[in-house]
Amino acid sequence: MAWYKVGATEEFAGKTGLAHFLEHLMFKGTAKVPSGEFSKTVSRNGGQDNAFTSSDYTAYFQQVAADKLPLVMEMEADRMVNLKIAEDEVNQERDVVIEERRTRTENSPPALFREQLDAVQFLSHPYRVPVIGWMRDIETLTRADALGFYKLHYAPNNAIVVVVGDVEADAVKALADKTYGVIPRKDVPPRTVSVEAPQLAARELVMHDARVSQASWVRTYAAPSYQYGDSKLAVPAEVLNEILGGGTTSRLYQTLVVEKQLAIEAGSSYGGSGLGPSTFGISVRPRNDDPAPIPAAVEAVIAEVAKNGVTDEELKRAKKSLKAAAVYARDSGEGLANIFGAALVTGRTVQDVMSWPDRIEAVTNADIIAAARAVFVPERSVTGMLLPVPGAPPAGPPPPPPGPEHP
Amino acid sequence: MTRILAALLLVFAFAASPFDRAEAVEIKEVVSPGGIKAWLVEQHSIPLIAVSYEFAGGVSADPPGKGGLAYLASGLMNEGAGELDALAFQKALDERAIRMSFDADRDQFSGGMVTLTEEKDEAFRLLGLALSKPRFDADAVERVRDQVRSIQRSEDDQPRSIAAKAWMKAAFPGHPYASNTTGTPESLAGLTAADLRGYVKDNFSRDRLIVGVVGDVTPAELGPLLDKTFGALPAKGAELKVPDITLAQAKTQIIARKVPQSVAVFGMPGIKRDDPDWYAAMVVNQIFGSGGFSSRLMEEVRRKRGLTYGVYTYLQPYTHAGLVLGSVATVNARMGESKQVIEAEIARMAESGATETELADAKTFLTGSYALNFDTSGAIAGQLVGIQRYGFGRDFIDKRNAYIEAVTLADVNRVAKRLLDPSRLFWVIVGEPGGLDSKPETVKP
Repeated sequence: MAWYKVGATEEFAGKTGLAHFLEHLMFKGTAKVPSGEFSKTVSRNGGQDNAFTSSDYTAYFQQVAADKLPLVMEMEADRMVNLKIAEDEVNQERDVVIEERRTRTENSPPALFREQLDAVQFLSHPYRVPVIGWMRDIETLTRADALGFYKLHYAPNNAIVVVVGDVEADAVKALADKTYGVIPRKDVPPRTVSVEAPQLAARELVMHDARVSQASWVRTYAAPSYQYGDSKLAVPAEVLNEILGGGTTSRLYQTLVVEKQLAIEAGSSYGGSGLGPSTFGISVRPRNDDPAPIPAAVEAVIAEVAKNGVTDEELKRAKKSLKAAAVYARDSGEGLANIFGAALVTGRTVQDVMSWPDRIEAVTNADIIAAARAVFVPERSVTGMLLPVPGAPPAGPPPPPPGPEHP
Repeated sequence: MTRILAALLLVFAFAASPFDRAEAVEIKEVVSPGGIKAWLVEQHSIPLIAVSYEFAGGVSADPPGKGGLAYLASGLMNEGAGELDALAFQKALDERAIRMSFDADRDQFSGGMVTLTEEKDEAFRLLGLALSKPRFDADAVERVRDQVRSIQRSEDDQPRSIAAKAWMKAAFPGHPYASNTTGTPESLAGLTAADLRGYVKDNFSRDRLIVGVVGDVTPAELGPLLDKTFGALPAKGAELKVPDITLAQAKTQIIARKVPQSVAVFGMPGIKRDDPDWYAAMVVNQIFGSGGFSSRLMEEVRRKRGLTYGVYTYLQPYTHAGLVLGSVATVNARMGESKQVIEAEIARMAESGATETELADAKTFLTGSYALNFDTSGAIAGQLVGIQRYGFGRDFIDKRNAYIEAVTLADVNRVAKRLLDPSRLFWVIVGEPGGLDSKPETVKP
């Protein structure tokens, strides 16, 4: 995998989606490897390839047998600096990206809702912009935009190479010197460092869509990450997330779904691996499409943790689950490449990744209380509801009451 | 000036990946003291064990009027068993980081488990409890029924699942394959705990069982663990009475939805997994429509015309019907163009066949990428189950690429003609598609 330290956060106003557009155009050929031939060559050699873009990075990957590694490293290094793009190919590929946005976002009310939520969540940080770009911006992206972005950011000193598999580190290093290593370094702009403007008031977003037949409710709180804000809270927040909303034994699920029966599903999500600010999210599918009782019920659960912490049993269970995830992750070559790549490209180290289970183990109840108190601040929250259009008929007939049970 | 950037270019290489396992896999057959058979691949480098298993039957075994039964059962397998109620069972799993999953597929009820080696005894015991003594407590049944109802509603909001459901319904009238995996709102509401117990009794039996295990366990250790999990199941299940079926008369169906992009599911008769033409059909599909960037459909529909982000076909070998299925999504106004291009490509491939280069490229991809199916222990366990399902031997993994290599251009061209026929093509399009040449049937769901 080749990971570049450039993502959607490096884009500028009016040109959102540029990092992702360039990622598509990276398959459009060089003098050595004509348009479309990159993937065909990988495929012809029994491999698969693709690429992905995030706010923080852009990554290109191939899965091939170990003896094909020199071939794909050569091709990847070639397109790091030798990209040639024909004008008509740019026009076709822009249409492809527009269709991609329709597939992923325009055709999906939950995706549109998440996009709107991000824009409400982040006032000044570029995370407020969708990685794929706003439709109007995508439509204006040009060949010159893409090549300008490419020349500015793509260089060996702005990339990380990750190889997982039946290989020796020394041999991979020698190959890298021969392929990427001969490309001259160049001055690249420093990474965009954006500071999110202070949030002084709770925000709320209510979206109605005729294509939606049931209600969803989400609450997010501004949160630190490994590298942003009060980063020592990030690992405790991961344990807190597991206890509050990780699966069916979690507090949110047990309280809202099982005990109070206010919800059909309830869970939480937190990840600390971004370069910029993170969020601690709680999502609920309210029973009978009625979100009215949800906020008070959720707030009672988080207030209890912030006040009294968690039980020893919960703490033990959460640590076991998170540490086991690190063992299970070793089972997947692709998974390992992604874990290390995402860490290294955002400035963390191999040691950071390797020591993660120990840092999870070290989390105490006091750490969790501190994280909960720092994160669950009403003024730094966003509440979102995605709802059917009022008065619209439901999509299907309501289910009849269940029949009598015959033991 | 060019200089070596040794110090600036960061390179990281990690070993210990299971990649390239296909060549190294040694499959052992383990028969437990109680007579349960499983295939095992030992891997002692990571302290975990992955189990994959299935019972023939699946959603097709839902009794008439009881649509959604297998699916509801799959949602309830971790909601309490034996002496443990739902919370106690789930805590028992979470405390040991045991991961269990249960799925109701068309022809199989399948499951998977991953456990740390140190928790293996309890993991196999808990899985055995779930399969042989599920409780189906009233509160758990109602909770999961509500969740399935919510899933049904989500499916009915999404163009792709609307299209897929409608396709099966129209293609297989009167057959179990026509019904929704999740059932209808009415059938779901009528399911009882007695129905669930009946499903488990009829379908979770040793004669229907296939097991694959991968990981940090020896054959001697595995035997007793298999008995712990599967030993309490009845020897025989109910008779499976699902008939074979061929596809209904081809047509195009439009389901009107206000979405910017039309989503189409298309398909035609295919072949079953035991058909002698299977490997030639794989090559045909690889050249024609496989998901990668190299297929004819991706070239014509995406790269040349910018009509879509993704277009693909695949072989779907159900037990009672083989299918070639595909999908494409295009902005409403140009949906007709996508459909025309796909139909023209189907006709071209059927008439003119493939080239020697396409055949050679497809073969190197299919043989070389076989190892990608073996990336994780769970994936390998799944392969072990799949190979047994079709009655292949333990040497299948070694032989499989030779079957691909043996496919000739004449085979490819003959099978392309056999499979690819626009006149047998069945389309369901969800959206407000424009540019369609003929007047399709419009359905109000």
